[in-house]
Order: sequence, then structure tokens, then C-alpha cells
Amino acid sequence: MNADNRRLDLILAGAVLCLLVLPWYKIRSGFFGFGWIGDMLARPDLWPGAFQAAAGRWQLWPVLLLVAAVAGLRLTAPSGAARGRWLVRLGVLGLAWLVVEGLSVGTRGWNWGLLERLLGEVAGQPAFGAGAVMLGLFFACLISFGAAERGALKGDAFVLTAIVLLILLVAVFVFYPILSIFTGAFQDFDGSFTAQGVRRNIGDPKIWSLSCLTGGGPCGVAWRTLFLALCTASATTVLGLAFALVATRTRFPFKRGLRLLTVLPIITPPFVVGLALTMLLGRSGTLTQLIEAATGLELGRWLYGLTGIWLAQVLSFTPIAFLVLIGVVEGVSPAMEEASQTLRAGRWRTFRKVSLPLMAPGLANAFLIGFIESMADFGNPLVLGGSGGVLSTEIFFSVVGAQNDPSRAAVLAAVLLFFTLSAFLAQRLWLSGRSFATVGGKGDGGRHALLPARVAAPVIGLVALWSLFTVIVYAMILFGGFVKLWGLDHTLTLDHYIRAFGISLDGGLRWTGVAWNSFWTTMTIALIAAPLTAGVGLLTGWLIARQRFPGKAAFEFALMMSFAIPGTVIGISYIMAFNLPPIQMTGTALILVACFVFRNMPVGVRGGVAAMAQLDTSLDEASLTLGANSGRTLRRVILPLLRPAILAALVYSFVRAITSISAVIFLVSAKYNMATAYIVGLVENGQYGVAIAYSSVLIVVMVAVIGIFQLLVGERRLRRPAASEAAA
Amino acid sequence: MKITTTAAVAGTALLPAFAAGAAELNLICSADVVICEKLVTEFERAHSDIGVNMVRLSSGEAYAKIRAEARNPQTDLWWGGTGDPHLQAAADGLTVEYQSPRLSELHDWAVAQAETSGHRTVGVYSGALGWGYNTRIFEAKGLEEPACWADLLNPDLQGEIQMADPNSSGTAYTALATLVQLMGEDEAFDYLKQLNANVAQYTKSGSAPVRAAGRGEAGLGIVFMHDAVAQTVEGFPIRTIAPCEGTGYEVGSMSLVEGGPNPDEAVVFYDWVLGAEVQDLMPEAGSYQLPSNKAAVASEHAPDLGQVKLIDYDFAEYGSSDRRRALLARWDSEIGGRATD
Repeated sequence: MNADNRRLDLILAGAVLCLLVLPWYKIRSGFFGFGWIGDMLARPDLWPGAFQAAAGRWQLWPVLLLVAAVAGLRLTAPSGAARGRWLVRLGVLGLAWLVVEGLSVGTRGWNWGLLERLLGEVAGQPAFGAGAVMLGLFFACLISFGAAERGALKGDAFVLTAIVLLILLVAVFVFYPILSIFTGAFQDFDGSFTAQGVRRNIGDPKIWSLSCLTGGGPCGVAWRTLFLALCTASATTVLGLAFALVATRTRFPFKRGLRLLTVLPIITPPFVVGLALTMLLGRSGTLTQLIEAATGLELGRWLYGLTGIWLAQVLSFTPIAFLVLIGVVEGVSPAMEEASQTLRAGRWRTFRKVSLPLMAPGLANAFLIGFIESMADFGNPLVLGGSGGVLSTEIFFSVVGAQNDPSRAAVLAAVLLFFTLSAFLAQRLWLSGRSFATVGGKGDGGRHALLPARVAAPVIGLVALWSLFTVIVYAMILFGGFVKLWGLDHTLTLDHYIRAFGISLDGGLRWTGVAWNSFWTTMTIALIAAPLTAGVGLLTGWLIARQRFPGKAAFEFALMMSFAIPGTVIGISYIMAFNLPPIQMTGTALILVACFVFRNMPVGVRGGVAAMAQLDTSLDEASLTLGANSGRTLRRVILPLLRPAILAALVYSFVRAITSISAVIFLVSAKYNMATAYIVGLVENGQYGVAIAYSSVLIVVMVAVIGIFQLLVGERRLRRPAASEAAA
Repeated sequence: MKITTTAAVAGTALLPAFAAGAAELNLICSADVVICEKLVTEFERAHSDIGVNMVRLSSGEAYAKIRAEARNPQTDLWWGGTGDPHLQAAADGLTVEYQSPRLSELHDWAVAQAETSGHRTVGVYSGALGWGYNTRIFEAKGLEEPACWADLLNPDLQGEIQMADPNSSGTAYTALATLVQLMGEDEAFDYLKQLNANVAQYTKSGSAPVRAAGRGEAGLGIVFMHDAVAQTVEGFPIRTIAPCEGTGYEVGSMSLVEGGPNPDEAVVFYDWVLGAEVQDLMPEAGSYQLPSNKAAVASEHAPDLGQVKLIDYDFAEYGSSDRRRALLARWDSEIGGRATD
């Protein structure tokens, strides 16, 4: 008998089981506590779906009906295209009904007054629980199984299911939250609709005023943010290019050190650089005092405001520009430059007319990444913001500040989203138009020409100065954790470390340090999120690289787009989307994990696509020809060969889960507090010593973890000849 | 194989962290983080059967969070922070009416706070508004000690003053309301407009101005006096001033959240924290406010409110949301965001 029926039986059994056994609604104390099993009979709110429906929740009747229809179809119709078509329809209907009933009936009855007038009162319902979620998956599987029976994608049910589930997940965790921001803009806090808030905010001069150009006051926050992002992007691109040139085309002696510097900002909690800058260049900062003592000038508070944010951002994002540009600078074919020099152009002319234009797409790419990163940055403006702030902090304070105006947050988020998405689109268009045209000739054995002297001298000077500055800033960070009171009392002390990470041994081991709680939560969540991110990312990468299905380009674009959504926007959209039924996750660890997975997934996808491009498709074909299905091929052939990409994705998502702040700060709760959010609280309260001690520990932990991962990657490469053993 | 085994072991080891505990309490704490942590440690020592999940949020943030979660509260108890947002939450029906058996042990101002709100909140500490200035900076610049509100308008203080933004900080709202009650509304806004010339930055957090002053990033911060004293005790060159014209004060409050998941545990904490023996411990954590229990002893460093000229602060009027919204809107349009950045 065929596989179509077998898998249909399997999910049907699952659906019936979850209707009869799993609690339909969310359990307050948490599903995984399993405390609900004992109380199940006594408390109607814990009953499974079938019993809820019998007890009079008529909104569940269609669900039962649909499951019964599927069972009937299985018993009466043979597998084939006709049944497949019906299965798809039933699956779509089921999902649609879950969405409709979930969104329209809230905790206190109808969510919309209109429905109440039409249909009368209804009892409120809690959020979806295990039963409802499993049934949603069941309907999703119906769609893919039905499509497989119809013969889509050669009837490959595994690929179809993967695609359907990914689309479902992305819809729920990326698009639904973004949508709820915009509906939130039109709602009062009790849920009724009003356009008043949006009307009040959309033309607010505090956002759009251009009066700084005419000298009549400050400019609106949108223009300030745009201006800052343009400045940051220009500076990081220039510096990144300088670093890349020095690393590839000069005899600069510390090239390895340069590479090391590029890793540092990636593993630094985001506001730490800002903090170190205030200690260095603030009004009573160390460097400021040195300069004031030497020159007698009064430098004042220039650091607070856009200048300071700009400096901190350039420090943080230059390495990213460097990483983007180094590939491009190395990739420019020496053959072209040699040709130019053979044609008697001087070194300077060659550099200006040949090398630089060939780097243009890389420069554009670096510029746009700098632009997006600056727009999305939250930590540095929070520490150095002065009174004005930028879009991301304004969004934050319009939600948590005493003004508490979700519609303002939504308007600001839309503005920010507009800027970053335009940049993202511009980047896509530019690169798709240019990249192939500029990749030069093939097969050259030559080495890159050295930089012309008139470029080399200033570039090396700039790089050396900037590296020195970066080193000083990081030395500051380390040092700040060990002194008693920064700026006043520089006695060395371990007090901050003891307060944060103290352990007492009386009466058994006790974690007395104040940081332990958030530290363990952070580690747990990062360790859970990292494999999930890598898994989802690589699976998606595999689908994009290896499968052909309609809408693939749109699918890939939608995934990549989430990279351009700033963290603040993600955070607030998650709060708005997941605080109320049908899906309620605020205050849980789950919401943090989901946020990390879907925020960092694009990097896993890219890594997967790139790595898969290096594997010859003949490998998959051989496996398929030998009778393995695509799931088995992925598991036994592709994955073992992808181990470096897997590890890279793991490292990235682990590090990002620890260092990100902008989304996290909205999602932490009393029970699940994250390290970065805790450190921001310390900074707000002026507890710089402990904040810096904690950050240093985080940096060391991340270096250790990255080291472990890199060790693993290295080992694998060495063992490559013994492939069977390495794969085991 | 090895990796998966390790992952599985790690996974099982981590599971208990996600299992629900026996009894727990979700607490929002709006005081200094050290005080918050002290409270939690002491409570867990006294009630080992209840685990406390604490998050520190400024009073504005806390009010916003409780309001945002109104349809589905995640918090049980909200301790500390200026009284106004507590009163506003009470007026919005976000908090529960409760009369602790310890109510009779409390000072009159704490009971008055409870009565104003219909017993939906209660006073836990009190402190007067003032400022702290950096003596080193003032000496170096040859400035005189500013003893009155009027002295803050001295043009020599340009760029030296910090205060918080009343939109995000309860402290700054108390300052705004105090000035309005002291001078009259129009005069108060005139004053603030003139003061604006001297203000370097409106911070988001209430106590941040005096911390900046302590580190020399600013000359003077308008804050609650107990926050300024805390800086002095920590070793910063800060002197605390009570304004000569008179000043307002806060009643730090506590409220039970309506519909919170653990109401019984919340009541246990509520009664516990009003006790004299608990409030006696607060100075150890650097809290220099006046405790609300009559039997509790304030820190020796705490500013003596007997020496401070206090105005008759109208908590009912200035805690009401209409008045608050109107004042904040006026502050926004006339003062906010015009600071020399």
C-alpha cells in the first residue's frame, strides 16, 4: 500500500489524539510543567478541543467537521490527484478558520464590536494551547500532503512539507507581528479602533521638522536619524576600505592583528562602546582631562548627541564594512591592474581608474550595510543620546515612557522601516545590475600591486591611528571593571566582579552574584536558539539552493527582508502581536527564542546557500538515484558535508542571541531576564563598574565559545580524508 | 555522535530551568536596582517556598507595561517608584483594593496615599525633591551654592544642569508638579523656559542627573534628595540641597495588580514588606528614603525632612490622568526637545 495513505493515517491519528488528549487552550503555568495533567478533569479550561466543542464552544465545531471530512475522504477515496486537491482545500480551510476564530474571539468575547452586534454575545477564550497549535500543524501538513498527491514537485512530500511549514512560520513570526504594529496604531489600549493617534503623530513636527536648516530650532527625529546613518555609512565605508587596502596591498606588519580587531566589535554588547567613550571622552573622561590639562581648552559635553553616537557607531561598524570589502578588494583581478600598468599607466592612475571602479559594488554594499546598521542601532544612542534621540530610541520611549503612545511607536516604526527597506531594495537592485559586470578576468597568477605611495601613506596612518583608538577603547572596557569608581578613585578592586558573579559556599553552593540569574537565562536561551536558527536557516538555504518551486524568488526575498527590519521594530511588534490571544507568548522564554531564530535566520540561509553552491548536485542525484528520498539525502549526504556552514551559523546565532539588545529589551520579563537588558538597567542607574565587569565576562565567554567552535571546524578539515569517521 | 550526546545532556540539564516552580511571584520593582535585589534576597530568605521573579523598570515603564498588559496581566505586584503613576493605575482600575493588617503601623502620609486611591495603593517610603551639585566643579568655576529654585536661573550655570524628562520619569513629573504648585502654572512654565537655557540634557531616568553630576559630566542634577545623598555616601563630591522656597515630595508606593497570576503570594509580599524589620534593612542597600513604618529607623544619612520646607503636595489632583496629560502636553510643546543638544 502506498506512502500517501500511510502518512495520511499518521497525521490523522495525531489530529484525533490531540483533539482528545491535549489541552486546546494555553495553560497559564506552562505546558511543560505538566502540572496540568492532574487537574485536567476538574478544570474545563484545560479540556482538549473535542470536549471544549461539546461544552458549547461552537467556534470549534468547524474544526471537528474538517477533521471528520479528512477521515471520510481517506476511507472513501483512493489516493490520487482528485483526493489531493480536496486535501489541499480542507487544509487551507482549516488554517483559515483557526485564524478567523482565533483573531475574532478574545479573552473577553468578540474582539470587534461589529461582530457582537451581528452575532450576539460569545464567551471569551484564552490563547491557543498545545492542542490548537498541533492541529494547525496538522492542517499545514494536509496542504503539503495533498499537493504531493497531486504530483507537485514530483510528489516529494518532504520538500513540500518543509516549504509549507516554513511559509507558515515566517507568516506567524515575521509578517503577523509587523501587521499588528500597523493595526496597533489604530487601536486604543482597550482595543477599540480610532485613527486619532495616527492623525496626531503622522505630521508631528518633532518627527519631520526641517527647521534646523533655517536655524529655527532642532530638526525632526527622522531627518536626524537619516543624517546620522548617512554619515556613519560614509565613514565606515572609507575606513573599511582603508583597512582592506592595508590588509591586502601594503607591507603593514600587523595584518593578523587587524583581523583580530575585526572580531571584537561583533562580540561586544552594543552599548559597551558608548560607555567606554564616555569614560574616555566625556566631560570628565580620561582623555578629555589630559587634553584640557595640556591645552587649557574646555572641551565640555560635545560627546553627547549625534557626534558621540556617530563616533561609537563608526567604531562598532567599521569591522563589518571591512569584512564586506576585503572580499571585494581581494577579488579585483590583478590581471586588470597589470594590463593597465603594461599600457603605461602609473600606479596612481591605475588605482584611480581601474582598481577603485572595480570595487564600486563592494563599496555600495558596505555603505548600505553601514546605513542599515546605523539606523537599527539602539545601544549607542541610548547611552550617548543627549536629549534628542534617534528613531530607534524614540520608538522605545514612546512605548515604555510615561506617554505610552503605541500609535506614535507605530508611526515611527513605519518611518524607520521605510528607510531601511528602501536601502535594502536599493542594494538588491544595484547589486543585481552590476555585480556580474565587474567581476574581472579569470586565471591570473599575479599578486596585487602595492598601493601607490601617495595613497599608502595616509591610508596606513589612518588605519594605525584608528586601530590604536580601538585598542584604547577596549583597554578602557577591561580596565573599567577593575577600578573602584571611574574618574574618582582608581584603586584596583575585584568588587564589581564579586558583586556580579559572587559565589558563596556556606550551606552548599549558592550563586550570590546579582548577574547569575540573567547570565544563566541568557546562556540557556542562546544555546536553545542557536541550533534552531542554524537548522531552520540551513533547511531554508537547502530549499532555495536545491529545489525549484513557484514563488521561490518571492520566498527568498521575504526571508532576506527580515534582515532589514530593525530590532526595535521587531521587539515592539512581538509585544503587540503575542501579548493577546490567539498566540500569547509574552513573559515566556519561547518569545525570546522565536525572536532570535527568525531575526538571525537570514544569515543561516545565506551561509547555507553559499555552502551548498560549492557542493556538486551530482552528489544529491546519486543519492536519489540509489533510492533515497530527499529527506534522507539531506540528512546523510548534504548535512555531513555542510558541517562548517552549520558551525558558522551556530556561532553567529549564539553570539547574536547574547549581544542583541534592541529587540530583547521589550521581550524580557521578571522570570526571563537577559544579560544585555540587565546591563542596560545597570547603565541607566550609573552602576558602570558592574556593567562593565559583566560585559567583559560576556566577551570572554563568547571568545571561548567561538574558540571551541573554530576548533571543531578545524578538526573536521584535517580529517577530511577519513570522511566516514568525521561524519559519524 | 558526541555532539548530539552532549547537546542532549545539556538539554536535559537545562529543562528544570523551564519547568514551572511551585509558588512564585512576579514583581516589578521601580526603585534602585540594588534595593530591588536586596528586597528579593531578603524575601526569599524569609519565605523559601516562594520564588520571586523581579524585573526593574522605572515607574513610567512599569505603568506602561501594566497598562499594556491590562487585558492579560503578567505581573502580580508593583513595588516602589513615585506615587503618581500608582495613583493613575488605581484610577484606571489596573490595581486591586487591599487593606493590609499593617496599615495602622504606618506613617500618616503613607495612609493618606492609600486613602487617596481608595486603598488601591499604599506608601512604602517618602523623599523630598531637591538637587545635588558637584562641589569640585562649582569650586573650579567659582560658582556659589544654589540654595533656591531662583538661583538655578543664574546664567553662569549654562550647560551645567541636568534634569529628567517628565515624559519618562516620575521624578521629573514630581518636579514639574511641584513648580506648578509652588508658583502657579504659567509662572512655572516661564521658569522652566528660562531654566531650559541652563539645562544640558533631559535624561530618561529620574536619578541619572545626579549620577552625571557625581561623575562630573554635569554640574548639578535636579533629583530626589535621597538619590543625591546616595552619591555622597558612595564617595562622589555631591552636596545635597533643599530649595529655600519649599519643595514637593514623593510617596513611593506599592500596588497589587488586578488579575495578576499569583494574588496570594503577592499579598504575602505586600504584608511582609510593610513590616518595620524589613524596612530597617533598606539603608544597607543604599536607600536613604524615609520608611513608611513608624517603628522603622531611617538611615543616619537620610535627609531630615523636619528641616525641609515641604509644600502641601496635592497628590489627588496631580496624580489624576487628565491633569497629568495636560501638564505633559504643555511641557512637550513649550520645553521638551528644545534643550541645547
